[in-house]
Amino acid sequence: MERDDIIEYSLGAQHSEEEGKKIRKNIFKVTILLSVITAVEVLVGILFSKSNPDVSAGTWEAIKYGYIILTLVKAGYIVMEFMHLGHERKSMKLTVLVPYIFFILYLIFIAINEAVAVSGENFPLNY
Amino acid sequence: MAGEVSKAIPAKELWEGGRSPFSMSYGKMMMWFFLISDALTFGAFLVALGWFRYTAADWPVSDQVFFHIPFVHGNFPLAYVAFMTFVLIVSSVTMVLAVEAGHRNDKAGVTKWMIATIIGGFIFLGSQVWEWSTFIAGTDGLISTWGDNATITSNPYGPPQYAQFFYCVTGFHGFHVFSGVIINIVILINVLQGTYEKRGHYEMVEKVGLYWHFVDLVWVFVFTFYYLL
Repeated sequence: MERDDIIEYSLGAQHSEEEGKKIRKNIFKVTILLSVITAVEVLVGILFSKSNPDVSAGTWEAIKYGYIILTLVKAGYIVMEFMHLGHERKSMKLTVLVPYIFFILYLIFIAINEAVAVSGENFPLNY
Repeated sequence: MAGEVSKAIPAKELWEGGRSPFSMSYGKMMMWFFLISDALTFGAFLVALGWFRYTAADWPVSDQVFFHIPFVHGNFPLAYVAFMTFVLIVSSVTMVLAVEAGHRNDKAGVTKWMIATIIGGFIFLGSQVWEWSTFIAGTDGLISTWGDNATITSNPYGPPQYAQFFYCVTGFHGFHVFSGVIINIVILINVLQGTYEKRGHYEMVEKVGLYWHFVDLVWVFVFTFYYLL
């Protein structure tokens, strides 16, 4: 109780009954959204399976990017709403997000642009 | 409860500028910093997974490996993984509801939603055990026949890395879920004992909530990069 770090900042997060109702409504909306996205991902995975000969390489490529975008949307909602980062101070948001924006851009670059270097005959790994 | 925990720390000593730079308590900020570094571990796993997928021409398609569901024979591609994902999302929702109840100092609400979260965690862990044993058992579904069992060195589905990444990525994530459930139980006991009611706020529920959402967040990525792509 006497620790001033706890007193100052932890009580600031408390809210009233009416505010709680609004927050719960928002939680409900995000839940529906996350469930729908997951259901769509699974359905696409079953209907347009990579192993299905009718699905061309181009289609699968498009699906792949779709999956990555949907995953980032889901991750964004979890971090911003469930983890409450969207309602924190701007300095906190930037501290968490900026390193990961760079990291994710770097990963996309490596995976899309540089992956050819390790694939196929350039770097055969046969087991 | 005397000692270090209840000793007053002057703001000047705790935050050298006299106040928290993020308007956030020390514990919550440190939970965020821990999660930032923990995410890099999983990032490394997924980067390595992507790298090996490119080097292996015959990487298996997951809907041809994960098509079992418990008690029923048949072909249900990805159905059980989708169920596990859903369980984790729902337990994340009950966690956020527990945090919300904590902000209203509603002890009964926090208790109810924490119990729901813990149950969700146990369902996920049980599913993980089933998933692992099905994966290890291989194509004939028998774990006692070693010939076609999936091990670190070989598996009936594809290159050895396929099973290695399955064990490492889902195992590491499963261990996070396990520790999350344990921490949730500890916090629930504290809630029931009235520790946080006495303290005047339920911020510990919020901190453990951050960890639990992080576990859900990681699974979102594992689901995409291991199972879907």
